[in-house]
Amino acid sequence: MAAKSDSLAPHFADLEQQHEAATLGMWIFLATELMFFGGLFTAYTVYRHRYPEEFAAASTRLNLVFGGVNTVVLLTSSLTMALAVYAARVGRRDWLISCLGLTGLLGAAFLVIKGFEYHGDYADNLVPGLAFVESEWPKPAGVKLFLLLYYLMTGVHALHLIIGIVLMSVLAALARRGRYSSEYYAPVEVGGLYWHFVDVIWIFLLPLLYMVGVR
Amino acid sequence: MPQPVETPRMYVAIFAGLIALTAATVALCHFDLGAFHGAAGLGIAGAKAALIVLFFMHVRSGSRLIWVIALSGLFWLGILLSLTLTDVLTRSWSM
Amino acid sequence: MSTVVAEPTLPEQAARPVHYLNAHYGVRSWLLTTDHKRIAILYLVSITLMFFLGGAAISVVRLQLMTPRNDLVAADTYNKLFTMHGIIMVFFFLIPAVPAVLGNFCMPMMLGAKDLAFPRINLLSWYLYILGAAVTLTAILIGGVDTGWTFYTPYSTARSNTNVIPAALGILIAGFSSILTGLNFIVTTHRMRAPGQTWFRLPLFVWSMYATSIIMLLGTPVLAITLTLLAVERSLGIGIFDPALGGDPLLFQHLFWFYSHPAVYIMILPGMGVVSEIVPCFSRKNIYGYRFIAFSSVAIAVLGFLVWGHHMFIAGQSVYAAMVFSLLSFLVAIPSGIKVFNWTATLYKGSISYETPMLYAFGFIGLFTMGGLTGIMLATLAVDAHVHDTYFVIAHFHFIMVGGMVMAYLGGIHFWWPKITGRLYPEWWGRLSALLIFAGFILTFLPQFVVGYLGMPRRYYQYAPEFQVLNVMSTAGASILGAGYLLPLCYLLWSLAYGKDAGPNPWQATGLEWQTPSPPPTENFEVTPEVVQEPYQYSAEVTHGG
Repeated sequence: MAAKSDSLAPHFADLEQQHEAATLGMWIFLATELMFFGGLFTAYTVYRHRYPEEFAAASTRLNLVFGGVNTVVLLTSSLTMALAVYAARVGRRDWLISCLGLTGLLGAAFLVIKGFEYHGDYADNLVPGLAFVESEWPKPAGVKLFLLLYYLMTGVHALHLIIGIVLMSVLAALARRGRYSSEYYAPVEVGGLYWHFVDVIWIFLLPLLYMVGVR
Repeated sequence: MPQPVETPRMYVAIFAGLIALTAATVALCHFDLGAFHGAAGLGIAGAKAALIVLFFMHVRSGSRLIWVIALSGLFWLGILLSLTLTDVLTRSWSM
Repeated sequence: MSTVVAEPTLPEQAARPVHYLNAHYGVRSWLLTTDHKRIAILYLVSITLMFFLGGAAISVVRLQLMTPRNDLVAADTYNKLFTMHGIIMVFFFLIPAVPAVLGNFCMPMMLGAKDLAFPRINLLSWYLYILGAAVTLTAILIGGVDTGWTFYTPYSTARSNTNVIPAALGILIAGFSSILTGLNFIVTTHRMRAPGQTWFRLPLFVWSMYATSIIMLLGTPVLAITLTLLAVERSLGIGIFDPALGGDPLLFQHLFWFYSHPAVYIMILPGMGVVSEIVPCFSRKNIYGYRFIAFSSVAIAVLGFLVWGHHMFIAGQSVYAAMVFSLLSFLVAIPSGIKVFNWTATLYKGSISYETPMLYAFGFIGLFTMGGLTGIMLATLAVDAHVHDTYFVIAHFHFIMVGGMVMAYLGGIHFWWPKITGRLYPEWWGRLSALLIFAGFILTFLPQFVVGYLGMPRRYYQYAPEFQVLNVMSTAGASILGAGYLLPLCYLLWSLAYGKDAGPNPWQATGLEWQTPSPPPTENFEVTPEVVQEPYQYSAEVTHGG
């Protein structure tokens, strides 16, 4: 089967080399992303060690229902993403487009649920600087630090998710135009790697943010 | 093209495992495990992450270079955390 | 004294060949290029500009330090000047210099490839660099930053009323440029080597670029999140780094130095790679200990991540952590020492000639070694307690960065200038500048070791009168150094119009890049080369090592 000649960039020898370069590049990029989040994990670790009771108390005030539901949503989106890559590999364009679209939609659903959750946090006086009652807490400093880290970590995660949703839309649009085939689907695979990474980050945020104390 | 060996059926099975582990995590945080409370949650998270990385991200059937990169990222994060903790955990004053 | 320059041909005699410089004309063909060689030129122009801006800032500082109670500038202005010098030199000159200019230009050719793996990302790298530089320079123009390039908290987050956030933002953006360059280099090295180009046939410059890329990729993201946290803290004041609000200022330093220490290896490793190319060529001898040099590059990259706490020995870090970091800092010197031994062994019984690149290489080896040894002094807890935050530290890192890195960069520019431009620079001006730079450097920075050891603190706009003589010497040296740097700017530009035609290989050097015409065609090789022999096959006799 002849490869689409316009899919192969001129500095590569063949599509296989291009595919391998693309996946290698994305894996390396994901390692850098892990270090980016790693700085936040480090700050979290230092302050959790310093303020164990405050972290536990603040953590149990977060809404585990939202957190749990969102985890299921994101895990489902990873399933649809994996199926999308499979569909691309076997040349099923219709499944590819549906799965990409579903992945993006589930990501958007995550963001909507997160929005409701943030609203609930605001209503519950869990937003230092905007809605926070110092007298509610024996030692507010540690609580504020936990909450700041909560918003930062979920916020940076959400930012990455938004980029992922845009990516899914672009991939789906290009797939509709017949850009991908079983020979050339590296962008889909690479987009998948990114999406799964964003999911893995959330998997760790769940226990770190919602499960510090006993509920 | 490098051919991962995973099939849709396998993906669905992994997904079921992920959901089960999530349910376990949520259930677990209602019990006081003392010192192991944090470790248990992270341990389950680690298992879920491993499933996604190995199967959804095709590392299980991937090249050795991909394994090295994935593990390197983890290892470097480990350096950042562990050496910072050598300071934070051994200070004799309350900072 | 032997010479390796082949007979140059007069430009009019050759037919007008098509190469990467004249293949396309117009501003758009440069600003939208994906040719790694053109992108290297774009970087060359940008970082040269930044270098002289950073140099201008420190010139005012050195003038201020001519007398102990000078009031050439106010204290606040002084703080802004050394901050500007540090930020510009670290983030906008030293980090990109060799990788983005020489690495971009030479790497694909050394590998036998037509371009890097991701040419458009390469162009994006340059635009991110320019954007970052623009944002940071704006911060400087609208009033400057006075925190020092290290942005220590809580001063930077809660006290300083200067433009911290824009400056930090500019550095953040430039950091992404660095990450993308590193990504490109690693993927290209793994996936785009020519047939026969096995790992141990690669030039050592490629090994050093690969090791540098590891650091760029794994360290810079931590800087990115740290600067983000800095900006968040400065805007919201929740207390991540403010002890008054329950935060830990040392956490900032941990996160900051986790990147910024390996960053100094980002700066020096490429310079070492350049020296590894120059020394065999101008000793006409195979490099001694190829595998040792190759592996020591990777060792420096890895070990370099384990030592950052030596910047915080007296900052409040636990003494047990300090001991760990001190020991690790001793260890990281070993691979660098191995390189110096191998270069020296390469020189031994070599047929040495003293062209400009070689003069810079000699300067590097000597000055880097001196700087490195003072690093071991600083890694010693008991010594550091006394000389931390004095000019001793400043002299240490300038010996490595200026005596080492800048010299290696200039050596590399001169070495590859014929390949990049197709012209020869005037050799005697090159040698004169190298010697002037060396002399100026010694006069500038050697007194700083002494004055630092005697107790003069860094970052102070006035000082105790007994330090004046040494400061005057340092300022005098700085003016010689400045003149020395201006000379290459002039004669290299002159050579673009009037330099002799270089020919493909004026140095008779080995390496795939010298098998192409000078300047090379856009696609580097008309036919993909096949590598059949080990690198650095300079002499016919059997040589040791490798």
